[in-house]
Amino acid sequence: MSLTMTVSPDFSPDHISDWYIFNTCLQRRLDTGIHLELYSGFDEQRKAIANDEIDLIYANPFDAAMLVREKGFSAVARPGGKADEAIVAVSEDSDINDVEELSPGITVVSAEDPEVHLMGMIMLEPADLTRDNIELKQVQNYVLVAKELFRGQADVGFFLAEAYQDLSRMVRSRLRPLIESQISVIHHSLLVGPRLAGRREEIQQRLVEMSEDEKGRGVLDTLGFDAWEPIEQEDTEFMIDLMDTLGA
Amino acid sequence: MEDMRPEDVSGDYREAELTFYDGTRRKVLVTDEEVPYPDGKLIVSRTDTKGVITHANQAFVDMSGYTEDELVGQPHYILRHPDMPREAFADLWNVVENRQQWHGYVKNLRKDGCHYWVYATVIPNVRDGEIVGYTSVRRKPSRRKVEESEALYASMRGEED
Ligand SMILES: Cc1cc2nc3c(=O)[nH]c(=O)nc-3n(C[C@H](O)[C@H](O)[C@H](O)COP(=O)(O)O)c2cc1C
Repeated sequence: MSLTMTVSPDFSPDHISDWYIFNTCLQRRLDTGIHLELYSGFDEQRKAIANDEIDLIYANPFDAAMLVREKGFSAVARPGGKADEAIVAVSEDSDINDVEELSPGITVVSAEDPEVHLMGMIMLEPADLTRDNIELKQVQNYVLVAKELFRGQADVGFFLAEAYQDLSRMVRSRLRPLIESQISVIHHSLLVGPRLAGRREEIQQRLVEMSEDEKGRGVLDTLGFDAWEPIEQEDTEFMIDLMDTLGA
Repeated sequence: MEDMRPEDVSGDYREAELTFYDGTRRKVLVTDEEVPYPDGKLIVSRTDTKGVITHANQAFVDMSGYTEDELVGQPHYILRHPDMPREAFADLWNVVENRQQWHGYVKNLRKDGCHYWVYATVIPNVRDGEIVGYTSVRRKPSRRKVEESEALYASMRGEED
C-alpha cells in the first residue's frame, strides 16, 4: 500500500526541505514507504483530501476539525512548545496605533489561511469590524500580505505570527504589529487517515520517541519543534469545540 | 458559596445579595471599576453539565482575580454580577441544553469587586451523542456593544424588580 503525507500549505517555504527530511526519517522509523506531496494552496489540498488521497497530514486546527468529523481522521501528535498565534499589522507609516482606531470600510489583506483569518477577524471585533463592513483582499502568501500593506493597498494585514517572524528584516522594518494573539491553546497537529487507523498507536509512539535520540531531535529542531506530544481523543474533541466557538 | 469579603475589595463598594438557581445565596461586594479585557487573549473555561467549573485557562484565572484552586469545583455563578439580568442566563441554559451555541455580552464580577465585559460563546460538549459538559470562550467586545448591553440589561432588570 502506498501512503501519502501532506503538510498544510500555511507552512513557511523555508521549511520545504525540512519536511522532506522529516518524511525520510518517519519512513525509516515506520519501515513504510510514504510519499510526501506538498500542495501550493488550500484548494488543491482540499481536493486531494476530498478524493481520499491523503493518509497523513500536518494540519491547522481548522482543517483538523473537518478531517476528524467528515473524513474519519484521528489526531496523533502535536508539536511541543508551539502554538498558533496571529498578528494584525499595519504599514510602518500608518496613522493607526490601536485596533480600536480602525473604522468600517477599511481594506484587510489576508493570506489564504482560514485559521489565521479567523484569529485576525476576532482581533478586529473590538473595533466593530466584521466581514460585512470591511473590504477583504486575499493573496497567496504572507510576503504578498506585507507588500499590499507597504504599497498602501490595504490598511491592515493578518499574519501567522511565525510567518511574520520569518519575514526578512527588511520587510519587517516596513511593518508594525498592532496586536498579537496570546491564545496558546490552538495548535497544528499530525493526523492519520482511515487507512492508517490500525497503526495509530505505533505511529504515535514513533513520533513521540523522535526527540529521544540526537538524529530525531535534529530533524524536529529544523522544523522548530521541541518534540511530538501525544494527542488523545479528548484533546481533539476539545480543539474542535474551541474552533466551533471561534467560527461562530 | 462564601460571601465576598471587604478585605479582598479595593475602594468604595456597594453590597448586593444574589440568589442562584439552586437556592444558594451569596453576598457580593461591587465597585464601579472596570478592568479592560486583555488584548489578543481568549478566556476559556469548561464546566460539567451543572455549570460547575472543571477547567479554566490562565487568562480566565488572571481576569477573575481568583486562583485556579478557588475556581475549579465552584459553580460558574461565582462570576455573576448583580447588574446582569437573570433572563440572560436563563436564555443561555435554554439554548445550550438544546444543543445550540449561545452568544452574548456578559458583565462579570471579579474577586476584588471590579468587573470586566466579555463577548461570550457557550457550546455544549457532545461526546457519543451525550452532552458531557459545556465550554465557553470569551473575546474582547467593542465599546459600542458594551454600552448597548449596559442599557439593555438595565432595562431588563428594571422589569424584573
Ligand atoms: C460554560 C459556561 C460558562 C459560563 N460562564 C459564565 C460567566 O462567565 N459569568 C456568569 O455570570 N455566568 C456564567 N455562566 C452561567 C452560570 O452558570 C449561571 O447561570 C449564571 O451565573 C447565573 O446564575 P443562576 O443561573 O444561578 O441565576 C456560564 C455557564 C456555562 C455553562
